[in-house]
This record gives sequence, C-alpha cells and structure tokens, in this order.
Amino acid sequence: MRISVVTGLALAGLIGVVGVVAFAASEPSVPPLGLPPVPIPEDNPQTPEKIALGEKLFKDKRFSSTGEVSCATCHDPEKGLTDSPLKVSEGITKGDRKATGTRNAPTVANAVYFTHQFWDGRSPSLEDQALHPPVNPVEMGLPSHQPILDVVRTDPDYVKAFTKVFGKSGEQVTMAEVTKAIAAFERTQVFANSAFDRYFYGGESAALTDQQKRGLVLFRNQGRCVACHRIEQTQALFTDNRFHNIGVGINRIQDDVPELAGEFMKSKATLAEVDIKVLGDARTSELGRFAITKGFNDLGSFKTPTLRNVAVTAPYMHDGSVATLRDAVVHYNNGGVTNEGDPVNDFLSGGIRPLKLTDDQIEDLVAFMEALTSPEFASQAAPAGAK
Amino acid sequence: MTNSRSNRRDFIKGAGALAAVSALPLSTVELAFADSTKNFTFAYISDAHIQHIKGSEFVRNWDRGLIRAVAETNLLQPKPDFVMFGGDLAQLGTKAELDHGKAMLDRLQYKTHMVMGEHDYYLDLGAYWSELFGPHYYSFDHKGVHFVVLNSIITYDEWTHERWPTPEQRMLEMAGLDNPNGSPFMVGEKQRQWLAKDLEGVAKTTPVVLFSHSPIQKIYKGWNFWTEDAEEIQALLQPFADATVVYGHVHQIQYNQIGNISFHAVMATAWPWPYPQSYVQAESLLPKLTVPMNRADPFFERDATGWQFIDLASGRVAMEYNLYNNTNRRVAFNPTTGQPEDTAYQAVGSRIAPQTHY
Repeated sequence: MRISVVTGLALAGLIGVVGVVAFAASEPSVPPLGLPPVPIPEDNPQTPEKIALGEKLFKDKRFSSTGEVSCATCHDPEKGLTDSPLKVSEGITKGDRKATGTRNAPTVANAVYFTHQFWDGRSPSLEDQALHPPVNPVEMGLPSHQPILDVVRTDPDYVKAFTKVFGKSGEQVTMAEVTKAIAAFERTQVFANSAFDRYFYGGESAALTDQQKRGLVLFRNQGRCVACHRIEQTQALFTDNRFHNIGVGINRIQDDVPELAGEFMKSKATLAEVDIKVLGDARTSELGRFAITKGFNDLGSFKTPTLRNVAVTAPYMHDGSVATLRDAVVHYNNGGVTNEGDPVNDFLSGGIRPLKLTDDQIEDLVAFMEALTSPEFASQAAPAGAK
Repeated sequence: MTNSRSNRRDFIKGAGALAAVSALPLSTVELAFADSTKNFTFAYISDAHIQHIKGSEFVRNWDRGLIRAVAETNLLQPKPDFVMFGGDLAQLGTKAELDHGKAMLDRLQYKTHMVMGEHDYYLDLGAYWSELFGPHYYSFDHKGVHFVVLNSIITYDEWTHERWPTPEQRMLEMAGLDNPNGSPFMVGEKQRQWLAKDLEGVAKTTPVVLFSHSPIQKIYKGWNFWTEDAEEIQALLQPFADATVVYGHVHQIQYNQIGNISFHAVMATAWPWPYPQSYVQAESLLPKLTVPMNRADPFFERDATGWQFIDLASGRVAMEYNLYNNTNRRVAFNPTTGQPEDTAYQAVGSRIAPQTHY
C-alpha cells in the first residue's frame, strides 16, 4: 500500500510509533480520529520524497550561524515538538550564553491547521513561517538566507534530493523550494486519537475517567474554554484560529502601552523588522497581534493555541509564564490575572471573566486536558500526580 | 495637501481601521476636500450604563467596556481635538454610578463634552449630573464648526412630576423597553426656543453638528428610538447647508439623510441592542439607507459594542466605528450622492450574511 510507505518515510525515523497519518501526492489524506483532513496547498502537493527532504532540512543544524540550532532544536519530537520545559526559546550561543527570544516555542504538532503562524499570526502559511527563524538574530542568527542556499546547492545529498523532488538544481533552488519541503514535512505532523477523541468521536465510553468526563462538561460550560478552544461535532482543533487578550504578558507592561503602542503606530516597519523587534524586545513583544495589525482590538492579543498534547508542552502561554495546566486554569478563573486581585488590563478581551470554579473543578479541567495527549507522545507525559 | 493625506492615513491605521480598509485602496476611503485645513477629528464614546450592585461593586462587563474605550481613545494618533460622551453614563442615575463613571472618564486625556441620557436623568432630573458635568444643553464652536448639545430625553411635565410616587420608580419606568407606562422623549418648547436663538447668529454656510441622546428622527417609539418633536428640530437645522445629528441611545449602527441633515448613531460601550424589527417583530422606521451591523457573538462580551472617532472633513462627518471581535466600519458622507454611506457594505451585493438577516 502506498499509504504505509509514505507514512513510514515521513514519520518512522522521527517518532517511532506511527499511527494513521498518511499522505500521497494526489490522494486524500486520512486524518487521525478527531481531526479534519489536512489542507494541502495546490502549489505544494505532498510527495514522500518531498516530505523526507523536508524532515532532513528541519533537522539540519547547518542552517544556523553557529551550526548548533535547527528547527528541531526548539521543535523537538521528543518534547511534543516544542522545547519544553524552556519558557522562551533558546537560539544560537552568543558569548557565554544562548540567545533567548521572548516567546514560548509553540508545538509544530497540528500547526498545519492554523490559519496564521506564530503567536501573533504574522505569517500566513507554513511555507512563509519557515523563512523567518533562520535569519532572526536570537534564533538561528544567519545574516541572510544565502548560507542555506549555499548548502542545499552544493551538498550532494541535497542536490540529489532537490533534483528529484523539484527537478531543480544550482541557482534554480531557492528558498521557495526549501520552505516548501519543510512545510510538506510539517503537514505530516498531525496528532490526535487521544483518550478524548476515542471517547467523543470513537464511542469508547470508558476512554475517559469520571474526573475527565466532569472536566469535559466544565470545559464546554462553566469553564467557557470551548468558546476559543473549539470542539465540534466531528473534529476538534481546540483552537478558534483567532487572537485574544487574556491578560498574559500585557498585564506586566500596562503603564508602558501608550509609549510602546505609539511607537508602533508611527513606525513603518516591515514585517521582517517586526519579527526582529518582537522577539528581541520583551516589552514590545507583549503588544501581541497589535504589532502586526495596529488595530486596537488586537492589543495584547495572541493566537489561541491548540490544546492537543498540551500536557507534554509545559510551560504555557506565549511567554511561557504559566508553569502548569493548573496555573493556567487559575489564571482564567481569576478573570484574566495570574494572581488573584492583580489589576485587569484595560484591553482584556470580552469573554474573559471570573469563572467561580472550585478547586475540585479546576482539578477536573486539568484532568481533562491530560486526556488530550496523542499516543505518539504518551511516553513524554509526566506521570499522573507530578503536576 | 500631501501632508494632511498622510496624516489621515496614519490616523486610520492608528485607530484600528486597518483591517477594514486594507482590502481597499486607501484613496477610496479618503475624502478629498478643497480646504483640508478645516479637517479635524474627535472621538465619541456613549452609553456606558455603569450599574451599581452594592457597596463598591459595579457590573463588571459595563465597567470593562468604558475602561477599554477610554484607554483606546487615549492611544489615538493624531490626538482627537476633543471627546464627546453621548449619554447614559449611569444605569439608574445614582450618585454612586455617576461618580464611578466620571472616575473612568476622568482618565481621558482630552477635553470632554457630555450629553444627557435618560438613565442619567430620571432619578433626580439631572441635578447631580449637572453638579458633575454642567448644563444640560449648550453650544460651542470649534475650527469653524458650530456644535450644539441638546437634552432630548425629557418628556411631558405630567409624566415627570405628577405620576410617580418616588423618583426611583420614575427612573425604572423610563428605563424599561416596550413599557406601556413609558413616555416619548422630546426636546421641548423651552430648548427649541433656545436652539432657534442659538442658531440665529450662525451663518447658513457654517457646518452645524448637533449632539443628542435620542435620535432626532422617528424610528421606533416602543424603545424611544424616537424624539416626539423631531420634525421641529429638523426644521431649525434644514436651512444650514451642512447639518449633522449624532445620537446615542440605540446601541447600534444607524444612519440616514433627511434633506440637508445627515444622521449618525453611535455604538454603546455596554451592550448592543438588536434592531427593533428583528426583535419585537414590530414595524419600525429604520432608515432604508442603514446597513445593519452584523449579529454579535454572545460569547465575546464586547462584540457589537464599541466606540468611534469622527473625521470631520469640511463640515461633513465620517464615522469610524471601532468594533470589537468584529470588522470595523466606516460610514462617511458621500458628496456625490449627498448622503452618508458605508464605505464597504453599502451595496446590497457586498454585505455579509448576518447583516441581512439580523
């Protein structure tokens, strides 16, 4: 079967346990239980060779100025495709320490379902997203994309692969081909089939514990979680692909908002410059999507992350400032402040309000989120009770 | 001219309208006027409905709406020349509500002019509001435009002074919708005389902008989307070449053109009202020109609320609606058709579904 060949090529080396993820150039993909088909752009069809090339590129540390950082450094398959437990990503070594960004590395798992990439949505596609970290000074630190092109145009393995996949060699190979291959690989990083999926979509009533079932009810009702972390009739992305100010990060810079927002409204910065600014300056970073749209509605707002496999990707929020799932629920229970009684920020999104959850209910919600781990990541989850 | 065009462009971006206009060439939402030095902007916040629960507790959602509007208004670049507050600062007119609301408005970094709403008025007939904010009706001039503020929410003396055993009950009766005990809003003889005199000295070529809480036009009586003597006020404005009425109270996008007078409603920071015809299935006179705002997502408490800034170009109003969890809208006077029009959704074919079956 072609499907199994593709699956093996794409994933076997990466994760070891391979489930139902499968792609082929012109065949509809078969998504795992709980997820919709993977959207594939017309100008970048999946092929087994392209996926394998993308994986090789994803793991190649030569695409950083010091030769020590690849995509997989911050999106490590052994850590839920994040850099857990780091709060914010670590890039190249500068002097005696590693450069750090301002944001928590989001998981690549199921990133294909996002309509915008990055926490602030500044990138419209996986292909575009892959352009930026190599040339960001606090990530992979290259001065331009040229060093990447030098490698892929001369390394014999890459020359062979690009010829086979794209029919291109030498100068014909550009960042467009590089990022298409990386995106093709990322489109195979699709994980569901969790206990929740088996319970909710698979009809296995015993797949969830009683506590997790109570947590699911809270998730969809009093906890108000589902309004943004969506569960639908036949699938659950656990995101609404929207941006919200939930009182994380912005709460720390409330007094600076007029100054920081004012600078941004005046500036004519390109998106590439914004990329460097928001990852290089912790205060500016907290403006969130406002830095991209300059719309007041986006002040301090960040993309709703998926909650799939959230139990293996601590810490949480765009700045990694929330250590545990329990702390995350407490933040929402407080109506958008991490410490009860702290001042709420002026731009808090409607919908974020005190939830009046009891301690037991908070534990139920945490238990439910622990049921969102896919089998591929089960061994990475902390043992129950460790949180 | 070049200078003012780029300023205007920045202003649109800065006020969060980028998403709304970015699909269009910016020139299509800029109005080119001969004398751009007369252009200026002001912000408009309205209908906060600050509601006291007990002690120091107020309804959180209404507080958050006003706090956010004030904070965002303070970020506007370039700075607006002043801010209007369109009435209904309080829910039941109490000192606690007016004081709490004023404390939030005091964070505005601009001169603020106040309009009286019925929720501010019917407990003590505006006495405490006057202590805080001054006269109930007045006028002022700014950069060649004559601004008038009316108290349009008074009603018959008998209803106000003789019918109710307590001021609290009077307030509650006027706060209800479709209340058979209610009474229609009006400006009244005294203010109409004052207005006629006030306008006497104003050249007919001077742009006039009138602020009121209720619409100075008749839309739906059951909710007092209505002013009983609207026609008489309109008659005083008709002689002016450029007259505009901006009103609150309705918590929704409305606009109209009657003769020389353009009408614009402003958003509430508290909550949206549905359009009367969709809610009570009652006949209403929602102006045909109005493209309704789209349906609110009930989860997002701020959806279909908002505030606006007003671009006053050569005496005509362009209303920029800053809407949360939603697409901003701009309703601007179109000199070709001689009426206010939505710059994106006016044509039937360009509307989005919930606007047609709200």
